[in-house]
Amino acid sequence: MTTFTADTEPTTGPASTSAGARPVLRALIRRPLTAISLAFLLLVIIAVIAAPLIAPDQPLTTNFDNVLQGPSLHHLLGTDELGRDILTRLLYGGRVTLVVTAEACAVAIFCGTTAGLVAGIRAGWTDAVIGRTADVLMAMPAIIILLVVLAVFHENLYAAMLAFGLILSAGPYRVVRAATITVRHELYIDAARVAGLPGRSIMLRHLLPRVTGPVIIQAALVSAVALVTGTGLAFLGLGTQPPNPSWGSMVAEAASAIDQQQWFLVPTGGIIALTVLALGLIGDGVRDAIADSWAADGAQQPAGPVRRRARAALSAQDRQPEQPDPAALLSVRSVTVDVVGKGSPVTVVDSVSFDIKPGEAFGLVGESGCGKTMTARALMGLLPAGARVAGGRIVFDGTELTGLAPAEMARMRGKRIAMISQEPLVSLDPTWRVGNLIAESARRHEELGRRQARARVLELLELVGIANPARTARLYPHELSGGMAQRAALARALTGRPQLLIADEPTTALDATVQAEVLDLLRQIQKTEQMSILLVTHDWGVVADLCTRAMVMYAGQVVEQAEIGAVFATPLHPYTAGLLDANPVLAEPRTRLNAIPGSVPLPGTWPTGCRFSPRCSYVTDECRGQPVALAQFGGDRSARCLHSDEVVVSRS
Amino acid sequence: MIGNATIRMIIRRLLLSVPLLFVVSVLTFGLVALTPGNPALEILGGSATPAEVTALDQQLGLNQPLVVQYWQWLVRAVHGNLGVSLYSSQTVTGDINSRIGVTLTIVIGAVLVSTVLGVALGIVSAVRGGWLGRLTDVVSLVGFAVPNFWLGLILVTIFSVKLGLVPATGFVPFSTSPNDWLDSIILPVITLAAVGVTGVAKQTRDSLRDVLGQPFIVALRAEGVPERTILLRHALKNAALPVVTMMGLFFVGMLGGAVIVEQVFGLPGVGSLAVSATSTHDLPVVQGVVLYFTIIVIAVNLILDVTYGLLNPRGRVS
Repeated sequence: MTTFTADTEPTTGPASTSAGARPVLRALIRRPLTAISLAFLLLVIIAVIAAPLIAPDQPLTTNFDNVLQGPSLHHLLGTDELGRDILTRLLYGGRVTLVVTAEACAVAIFCGTTAGLVAGIRAGWTDAVIGRTADVLMAMPAIIILLVVLAVFHENLYAAMLAFGLILSAGPYRVVRAATITVRHELYIDAARVAGLPGRSIMLRHLLPRVTGPVIIQAALVSAVALVTGTGLAFLGLGTQPPNPSWGSMVAEAASAIDQQQWFLVPTGGIIALTVLALGLIGDGVRDAIADSWAADGAQQPAGPVRRRARAALSAQDRQPEQPDPAALLSVRSVTVDVVGKGSPVTVVDSVSFDIKPGEAFGLVGESGCGKTMTARALMGLLPAGARVAGGRIVFDGTELTGLAPAEMARMRGKRIAMISQEPLVSLDPTWRVGNLIAESARRHEELGRRQARARVLELLELVGIANPARTARLYPHELSGGMAQRAALARALTGRPQLLIADEPTTALDATVQAEVLDLLRQIQKTEQMSILLVTHDWGVVADLCTRAMVMYAGQVVEQAEIGAVFATPLHPYTAGLLDANPVLAEPRTRLNAIPGSVPLPGTWPTGCRFSPRCSYVTDECRGQPVALAQFGGDRSARCLHSDEVVVSRS
Repeated sequence: MIGNATIRMIIRRLLLSVPLLFVVSVLTFGLVALTPGNPALEILGGSATPAEVTALDQQLGLNQPLVVQYWQWLVRAVHGNLGVSLYSSQTVTGDINSRIGVTLTIVIGAVLVSTVLGVALGIVSAVRGGWLGRLTDVVSLVGFAVPNFWLGLILVTIFSVKLGLVPATGFVPFSTSPNDWLDSIILPVITLAAVGVTGVAKQTRDSLRDVLGQPFIVALRAEGVPERTILLRHALKNAALPVVTMMGLFFVGMLGGAVIVEQVFGLPGVGSLAVSATSTHDLPVVQGVVLYFTIIVIAVNLILDVTYGLLNPRGRVS
């Protein structure tokens, strides 16, 4: 009966959308399944209303020569145990059935909407009382409450369905309340600007378009549940009494004749199931239509030509696959990462090449959206769904990683290349004790037994500077501070004694003092364990602290690469220079911090020429014309700028 | 694992359930106040003399003010006395106790079946996605649309009337014959579990998908933990939390569904007792059933809360 309470749960998502009614309606009719359901429902309602006009027979006319017949020309849906025409009885029976369903729906929507509005506007204890009442209503099996009502109001289905409407009002109540609270907050923010608080009518005008869709969904769901419950009560013999028909009591009649004629079950139960199905599909259709119109409002996709131009911007020189450096631990050559969405693939990492030597700490610097994390994830073979390495080579310690079988790649991960991430707290399984998480890795990577693994966990926790390893091992992630969690994540990453540690913004989420401690720890471990580090960051202070070389990325491309001292002394790319100037730690005292104007363009909207040109103060027409190649500046330096000389001169 | 915090939580939940019991019992009694007609008159039939009716009213305590009636009922209820059925003249507790086993058997059976099948289906459709995911959607829509009483009758038609595999109606106690017992509950359990399976499957799939997109899963992959281990030992444990939360609702739904399913299959449970008491105006029995159901719901929610606490080290966040 209320077995589907789960689906009367409010769909609060759409409640926050501001989709207008008209596009929703249009989207609705375009869905064939929804359109068919609407048509079917209308047909049933009209047929039931018009029963006296269209019914082939009288609902109570018996014919004992013609009982329990299957479908025939004379009786399209057959006859029942008293020889009455089933189609006629379904048409007449639908009247009481649909009326009590509509009654429950009207009560639920009216009471739920009113209570939701009141709770949303008044808040405070009114809200709390209504909320608790709704909880109590949902806590009991509805049918048992309805039995009490029916015990009191004998055979009065109208009373029972009125009560059921009240119980079901919990669904619309939650939806309307959520929408009301959202609108109220928005209006107060607007009102604060122009002074004066919003009146009731303004409130309603804003609220109406927002709640209409969700309330329609609720109405469909509530009607569906009410129809099942109402027919269920009639089936139990607690509603319409014989000889008068209703859909539910006709199923009961079919049940008592089940040994003689099974056909009787088909039209009687079938009409209930089909009507409920139609209501459910209408609800789903409205929900999807709202979601679609919302998506259409919000997402302005970049136009096709822009995307194509951006792809054409790959310079021929960058496309040349160079040979990997055999002396390097990690050698990345012309790696390109594409994201395949709904349209054509969009490049997010564009032909990136670099080397990391054994035992070296290498910095990968740039603002967010420049492709740093994507590059790091590509190395791990852990690109998010939809992203893929579209070209280039990744060679790690003599092994070609691109094209490695997933299982083999999985064996590299954790054991030879490990990673720690930006948010240490969410990178640990919240339901596992920290010690067990580390032990899980230790047992796999170092093939340890249970007891040995426990000893190793304590050893590692001590290595990462945790004061009380035995106690910490028993804690859950949520019981750790950010710094402790990052230390624990580091301990886990060290279980395989990896040759390369990828640290993606390892200190960004931490307090300043903890940042310094974790950096010290990283430097110390890098030395003692002879480990290489790829440090992904936007913070030059962190790079200066740890790295010997660094690479700057902008809009998917490498724009500069150099020894750390050279980068700080004489940046060759205006973006590098801008990042350095924007860093508070490195800035000269008593000077103004210079932020770079503008922001990183989204992948797919990259300019044809130099991608930094729109934000650059050195820009000339030449920069905008065609892609700029990465130029070598002797030794291990390279930069992607036509005006490197000027950058150097202007800063000296 | 059951520490002080868990015990404190159990005590707090028990205290919180007292108002629920109170509200339910008052509501039940409040509705009786609205009763049109006179129970005594109905029991005695239309031919009863006013004197006879008054005498029975006196005997049943129906001539007292409602508050007094409620108070008397409450005092007796606390002592385990829920009165006497107006019809069978058996005690209400005796009537319910002899039938509660049947109801609990099919409800617990349905909960087990729908949990096991639903979780398995949910995992498969979350991981494999594609057509299995769509199938779960279609099946749950059909499960939503088909009323349980109709589903039960269809199963009876196929498995009892046509194939003759199991009896259509009736209940055989386990102690009489375990085999016949199983035959007598298998269709009711399937009927009751049908909607639960799709509900649990949908919930499991959605929360598993949500968990599989979280950063700690990426971190586990970065550690080289095999996909199977990630799924079974990490993701599922996290995904179980919302499923456990929803189980309370599913249970309440199945308890309500049992009322109808018992009627379909002619099972002598509390549900069919409540239905017959409803049609005969036997208010003490109806009140007793409501009270029993309320206590069962409270107990189940308590069990789910403890389970949630054990699964979630952060404790219940609600």
